[in-house]
Amino acid sequence: METKNVMIVGVGGQGSLLASKLLGALLTREGFDVKVSEVHGMSQRGGSVVTYVRYGDKVYSPVIAAGEADFIVSFEKIEAARYAQNLKEGGRIIVNSQMIDPMPVITGAAEYPADILEELKAKGVLVDEIDALSLAQQAGNAKSVNIVLMGRLAKYFDISFDKWVEAIKATVKPQFVDVNLKAFELGYTV
Amino acid sequence: MKKLMLGNEAVARGLYEAGVSVVSSYPGTPSTEITEFAAKYDEIYCEWAPNEKVAAEVAFGASLRGARSACAMKHVGLNVAADPLFTLSYTGVNGGMVLFVADDPAMHSSQNEQDSRHYAIAAKVPMLEPSDSAEAKDFVKAAFALSEEYDTPVIVRMCTRIAHSQGAVELCAREERALPAYEKNPQKYIMAPANAVRRHPFVEERTKKLALLAETSPLNRVEMGGTEKGIICAGTCYQYVKEVFGDSVSVLKLGMVHPLPTDLIKDFASRVQQLYVIEELDGVIEQHLCSIGVPCVGKAMFPPVGEYNQTTIRAAFSLPQPPSVTTDTPVPVRPPVMCAGCPHRGLFYTLAKHKITCLGDIGCYTLGSAPPLTALDSTLCMGASVSGLHGFNKAGGSESAGKTVCVIGDSTFMHSGMTGLVNIAYNDSHSTVIILDNSITGMTGHQQNPTTGKNIKGDPAKAVDLEALCHAIGIDRVRVVDPYDLKACEAAILEELAADEPSVIISRRPCMLLKYVKPQPPVKVNEDKCVGCKMCMKLGCPAISMKQGKAHVDFTQCVGCAVCTQLCRVGAFQREEK
Repeated sequence: METKNVMIVGVGGQGSLLASKLLGALLTREGFDVKVSEVHGMSQRGGSVVTYVRYGDKVYSPVIAAGEADFIVSFEKIEAARYAQNLKEGGRIIVNSQMIDPMPVITGAAEYPADILEELKAKGVLVDEIDALSLAQQAGNAKSVNIVLMGRLAKYFDISFDKWVEAIKATVKPQFVDVNLKAFELGYTV
Repeated sequence: MKKLMLGNEAVARGLYEAGVSVVSSYPGTPSTEITEFAAKYDEIYCEWAPNEKVAAEVAFGASLRGARSACAMKHVGLNVAADPLFTLSYTGVNGGMVLFVADDPAMHSSQNEQDSRHYAIAAKVPMLEPSDSAEAKDFVKAAFALSEEYDTPVIVRMCTRIAHSQGAVELCAREERALPAYEKNPQKYIMAPANAVRRHPFVEERTKKLALLAETSPLNRVEMGGTEKGIICAGTCYQYVKEVFGDSVSVLKLGMVHPLPTDLIKDFASRVQQLYVIEELDGVIEQHLCSIGVPCVGKAMFPPVGEYNQTTIRAAFSLPQPPSVTTDTPVPVRPPVMCAGCPHRGLFYTLAKHKITCLGDIGCYTLGSAPPLTALDSTLCMGASVSGLHGFNKAGGSESAGKTVCVIGDSTFMHSGMTGLVNIAYNDSHSTVIILDNSITGMTGHQQNPTTGKNIKGDPAKAVDLEALCHAIGIDRVRVVDPYDLKACEAAILEELAADEPSVIISRRPCMLLKYVKPQPPVKVNEDKCVGCKMCMKLGCPAISMKQGKAHVDFTQCVGCAVCTQLCRVGAFQREEK
């Protein structure tokens, strides 16, 4: 199988590490060769963060370069646009509609381009926008945005719902399994 | 059994399997997780040392006693540990000793892009470089075997993309090692001139033997494919080369990056039409090829700065790139920022308000240099704020000392700020040093340090009493402020700057990301009261923004530190009380 590429992008502190951990665990269980490249430490707190997940028969590079991503899962609106250049032709962006102002916007040095997803759509990019924050709150924890988005990603994967559920149970701390399963289901079905 | 592991976790697994019993390190991105994961194995004694020099010397002591030992550090940490390293090369080891150094091409979390391979050459010790998690674990075991067989410390070079990428690793059992009886060997371990002059020729001979080993070691391997292009590479570059070219080129993959083989390279060169060297940062391998008279193309095609990836290699060889889209609308940058509720913010706001010159240091608080606070004037290396402040004030005189401070975190102060403070007291400058004590090593992801009262496992430990330490050093004026209290910060800073003697202000409040720090209810803005004056925006708090001319607080980020409530002149900011 040709190597498949999933990028998880967002704002440092939004929980992208758990999302990549879940995806890595799931794909390993499915028997793929997997590489996951992450950003660690608090150094990226509040900054733009990116995680690369690659899987297939044999994966070499740990990073996904321009024009290579099958999916970009973005935890924040403009982060989707920031990394759109990494998307493969025909690739899909799954994006949380939440907007978090970066510091240059807060200080007034730049403007938040709120319509940027429309521009991507106009260029033929497949964009699946979802209010993951509301769904996460509905699931019982605003921090489960990451798993809501994984639920939406799962819709496009050829891996059964039950296998995802197993991987969630194996990945998240026991006390958070219920809320995350609910978050996953909401992302998958809504 | 196979497990998906970070490169750093795989190194820790290698330490476990190699029967290592002592690991001492100072945290530093991207090396930190090596020691954190090693600490999860009860069979390995692990600790956070105050700095990399101490850590390397602890590892030396353990090796001298006959145990296998290790320490891990980031590239600039090796500068600090360079002193023991160069002479350890002469003493050699008793139990195997391996240093792990993690380079950070592209400077994801670093102040420079130095290439650690130069240290292996300069200190005359072998260096291995893995290219994925599986190799990371295997190379740890190979490094210890080399260390003991050749009587040398060994360096394993990691880089961000290997350290922080997960890949499959096969788990094996631990090799248990009995601690031998200690035997005194002064000729080998006392590096006074009379002994050192006998050890230096040994080091030169050892390097020759290791270079011979490099010719045949399975650490270096040739993968013949198409012979039009031959590529010599190591570490993460190997992965990019295979990604782009597959088997259409021939590859000499080096696992041992010092010393480098000669005949192996010449033989490889003779089997391909055009030889390339692809290596991030400096042209170390290329220089070796030059010195042995093998023509190649390297830095003429590839930059000495930043990270490479598939795109870099395709571009260099003029290969087609996959099509991609970009937006015409610019996307504003999103630099990392101090968190909402960060205790450093109140102090930086006060420094910025009074336009105080501030020498900074290495830690989360380096982020205080960004707008709107722009509170810092310099950041050089660990501890340089304190010693630099002294020099700044000696040059600038009393006028300078009255409006200049430095800031340094608790962990950085323990690492190498203390000695600078000794210099301030001893050499009598009226400097004002601010210790930002957030009770943790923050930037690297929350590691304990000698001031926190806990060890690496989170168990109780002796805590350095910062106030008593500063007094003992000779600073009479030592005071503690709560950085959430803007008035107290202002009073402390202005009074200590005015004092005709050195002083220390300890700005003390735990990092709000610590589990035991409970967030307060978020602040709410009364829009009827808000006049849109933007005073609150001067804090640079990521939770506060302007929406339709009124201040707005993002409840998902606000932790109720209430510093903004002290700034608002019309009382529009109120914390919801429980």
